[in-house]
Amino acid sequence: MNPLAPARALELDRVRAVALQARQHCIEMAARGGCFLGAALSCVDILSYLYTTYLQLSPERLEDPERDYLLLSKGHAVPALYGVLAVLGYIPEERLHRHLQPEDAIYWHPNRSVPGVEFHFGSLGHGMAVALGIALECRLCRSPNRVVVLLGDGELNEGSVWEAALVAAAYRVEQLIAVVDRNRLQANMPTEELIPLEPIAEKFRAFGWGVLRVDGHDPTALHAAFSALPERPKRPSVIIADTVRGKGLPSMENRVDRWFCAIRPEELPALLAELHGGAAATLSSAGSAE
Amino acid sequence: MTPYESALLELLQRDERIVILTAENRAALRNLPPLAGERFLDVGIAEQTLIGVAAGIALRGRIPIAHALAAFLTMRAFEFIRTDVGIARLPVKLVGGFPGFLSEGNGPTHQSLEDIALMRSIPGMGIFCPADEAELVLGLPSVVMAPQPFYIRYPNVPAAVKHTQEFALGKAERFGDPESPIAIFVYGLLLREVLEAQEILASHGIGACVYNLRTVVPLDEEALLNATLHARLLVTVEDHFRHGGIATMVAEFLTERRLALPVLPIAVPSRWVAAAPLAELLRHEGFTGEQIAERILAALPALGV
Repeated sequence: MNPLAPARALELDRVRAVALQARQHCIEMAARGGCFLGAALSCVDILSYLYTTYLQLSPERLEDPERDYLLLSKGHAVPALYGVLAVLGYIPEERLHRHLQPEDAIYWHPNRSVPGVEFHFGSLGHGMAVALGIALECRLCRSPNRVVVLLGDGELNEGSVWEAALVAAAYRVEQLIAVVDRNRLQANMPTEELIPLEPIAEKFRAFGWGVLRVDGHDPTALHAAFSALPERPKRPSVIIADTVRGKGLPSMENRVDRWFCAIRPEELPALLAELHGGAAATLSSAGSAE
Repeated sequence: MTPYESALLELLQRDERIVILTAENRAALRNLPPLAGERFLDVGIAEQTLIGVAAGIALRGRIPIAHALAAFLTMRAFEFIRTDVGIARLPVKLVGGFPGFLSEGNGPTHQSLEDIALMRSIPGMGIFCPADEAELVLGLPSVVMAPQPFYIRYPNVPAAVKHTQEFALGKAERFGDPESPIAIFVYGLLLREVLEAQEILASHGIGACVYNLRTVVPLDEEALLNATLHARLLVTVEDHFRHGGIATMVAEFLTERRLALPVLPIAVPSRWVAAAPLAELLRHEGFTGEQIAERILAALPALGV
């Protein structure tokens, strides 16, 4: 048995259904005070795939020392995580209605008090090192956990990502799996126009990692990639998932100004209709880059 | 084996949760790697990764003891300490090597004269500043087993004094009569100089009570409050900037309680100190026992002590 194999067989319809519902939650959170909607929508399919299929995890296993870990290093994409956690029963859907209410902990970055959230990310460039620490500890315990860390592509500007990547390769931490949400846009502009990242795959490969590149919106492709791990035996792996910012809402896709997005309540019906296949909505409310 | 290595080894043997980490700062751990086995991890010259990894290990229920040079540990990795360790209040223990004046010949790049200020700004972070290796070993078990994160200034200096008083978090080690007209608060390697200053003051017929703070956080507020009842002058002595260390802490303490008492802060003004072997550095910066006594004596006439 390959220790990195997916926990379950792929149920394509389910992955898609969970993603669709999670997207709806994201859009609703954007209508409750705004959120980093564009950044969230680009990784919904990845998170839906991981939670439905790859991870050895369930709402009943959150304290299980042998559970798999998902760490959202691009913490601002938390609506996607909360959306998926709500759909799968980790947290009640009603809790998302308390977005930005000071009595609760549902805000623009993940809070560890929310069931299913392993760590409070938000400051970019931390996830790789923390994930490595968890993975090293699991290895120390001879425990089978896999540790998946989801990074933004803009986040790869942070030197601490590469520092930890070097150490992970040095220690040959096979159970560490990074996923790069490669939507090609960072806060204010295309990644390649600011600090070019390509060739990303070669960079990770040169750092001693196994590398796979897939369409991050295609569950079948994601499943094939995760099923092919480890790409290099006894090495950490990275899956570069090509994605689209704002995926699922054609009116928002690939737009620099739809990173953070506050939607007026009256605009919500048109956006939800668009999500479910209707015509593209026209928004009067402005989104923003940084 | 040094006393510190032996103390770590004992902790490793006693408690499975303890893991030793270093960012290739092995000076204090030379003999430990083969003995600690898998529970020793060296991440290389990578302080941010050191802290992120320590946080991850602590999330799994272990107690990491992470080593790096004090200046780089507390400053290069500050935001990792504050964010990964501080926000989650993980029981990560941070050991800073060559702190304060112990940077000796390294110069300003390696001088951690603001580490206390920085670590103190993190809610829940304890700070342990032993005067010497013997006191480090004495306090280590309590600090390591405490549920909160701790920053430890590692003192590779010979014993300042024989430490006979029991160690407790937030409890200073007292030398002298608590009802003396002068109370001196000190931490770390300067205890030795302050005890010498205490003798010089005594030879002038002036009684001074010395409080070796041991843990700067939690501060021994009981000792401080008691000193305010008897002393006419409070003196703070530290190899740290005057802002943010115990000079500031004592001032905050007095202000919060509306106590008016003169304070003589003997600390580093806002500049870097000379780069030299410790003895020369102390003399050049005015921190030998003799110089500390002179500075206190000079302050007395104005106070009518």
